[in-house]
Amino acid sequence: MPDESVKKTVTVALGVCIFCSVLITTAAVALRGIQLENKKLDRIANILIAGDLIVKDGNIRSIYEKKIEPRMIELSSGETVPEEKFTKDLNINDFDIKTMADDPEYGMPIPGDKDLGKIKRMPKYMVVYLVQENSKTEKVVLPIYGKGLWSTMYGFIALDKDLTTVRGFTFYEQAETPGLGGEVDNPRWKNSWKGKHVFDEQGNLKIEVIKGIVDVSRPEAKYEIQGLSGATLTSRGVDHLVRFWLGNDGYALFLKRLKEELHG
Amino acid sequence: MGKYKKTLTTPLFESNPIGVQILGICSALAVTTKMETALVMTVAVTIVTAFSSLSVSIIRNQIPGSIRIIVEMAIIASLVIVVDQILKAYAYQTSKQLSVFVGLIITNCIVMGRTEAVALKNPPVISFLDGIGNGLGYGLMLLVVAFFRELLGSGKLMGITILQLQTEGGWYIPNGLFLLAPSGFFLVAFLIWALRTWKPELREIE
Repeated sequence: MPDESVKKTVTVALGVCIFCSVLITTAAVALRGIQLENKKLDRIANILIAGDLIVKDGNIRSIYEKKIEPRMIELSSGETVPEEKFTKDLNINDFDIKTMADDPEYGMPIPGDKDLGKIKRMPKYMVVYLVQENSKTEKVVLPIYGKGLWSTMYGFIALDKDLTTVRGFTFYEQAETPGLGGEVDNPRWKNSWKGKHVFDEQGNLKIEVIKGIVDVSRPEAKYEIQGLSGATLTSRGVDHLVRFWLGNDGYALFLKRLKEELHG
Repeated sequence: MGKYKKTLTTPLFESNPIGVQILGICSALAVTTKMETALVMTVAVTIVTAFSSLSVSIIRNQIPGSIRIIVEMAIIASLVIVVDQILKAYAYQTSKQLSVFVGLIITNCIVMGRTEAVALKNPPVISFLDGIGNGLGYGLMLLVVAFFRELLGSGKLMGITILQLQTEGGWYIPNGLFLLAPSGFFLVAFLIWALRTWKPELREIE
């Protein structure tokens, strides 16, 4: 029969606590490097998928380094943030959207009437990715995120160098209903975004996820994506988050500047 | 030796955690949309159950009764965190899919149940084998459920296409119900029925 005295109880409790904390700390510290590496690789792989670059296992990193030029931008002005301005927290390589949005200095609240994506807070800065072919910018990959039905969906949209045509679309983090809203991850649906136009000739934001089948005979068809059947709310979430990020509170100013930069 | 073998194999059928003890149903619904996640979950639960039973059993004569549940929980929780960390490092994609459910092994009734019922009263080797047996028994059910859910729900097994889907140019129209949690309930119920038909001695006397 174990000893039930107070002294014994405290000793056992302390002993177990110390042993467990050493075990956990060792595991966490020893594996941290590999875990961070995994996270980065996963994001990189998704940037490449959005940029429509073929990914074969193993050389993800080398393709990324060869073809992708990350750039930090200030959303309110659309200007590029020069490297001298980087700090320990504001850093192009370790840029994390969630941390930045929650940061009191680098994030900001979104007024309720403008918050299409239902994300409440957003970073003041963003890292976008320019896809280079023969040292010319061919596409630009923009991080986007917003609320679906259950989860916040994080993804990328890639635009052609004309800054209107969609070249790629993907989500790397979402927890929508499998088989219904979870189909935002379906390669066929993601492919249906390719070739669609985000803006019309006057530069108005026109892209829209619609209910039902896109009638290709109508001129608006190039701005329309067929929503996911059985996932009205998730589809609406995708529609709203895309419109938010490509709109005036998102990348509009940056896209304007990039257009001048690319086409004079 | 017979005793050890029996400890290891009884939980596979006669006292299967899901089929007979009706424990761990929640995670059995959550992680069985794919064989791969079910397999990783099986390994994770088996390791946690085995080692928590082993650890509790080793110090069973030292644990004061008043804090025994807290001590068990601390040990289980630590093991779960370690397993979660290892998955994040070496099976990143799968750990992303399992997401919160690895952490929830802590609350899996099987783990706590085995430490309370067996490890506190038995020597380490028996407790360890009991943990492995129960983990495998749980996993066996998980894999059978996942087999049907993945095959009928998305036409695949272990991520490899078996039934070519109509949307991808084949003939099979997937049954979306199998990807949702209710189908897990039906399948678990069918398995319990099958188990009790095969082994009538498991039926409760009315």
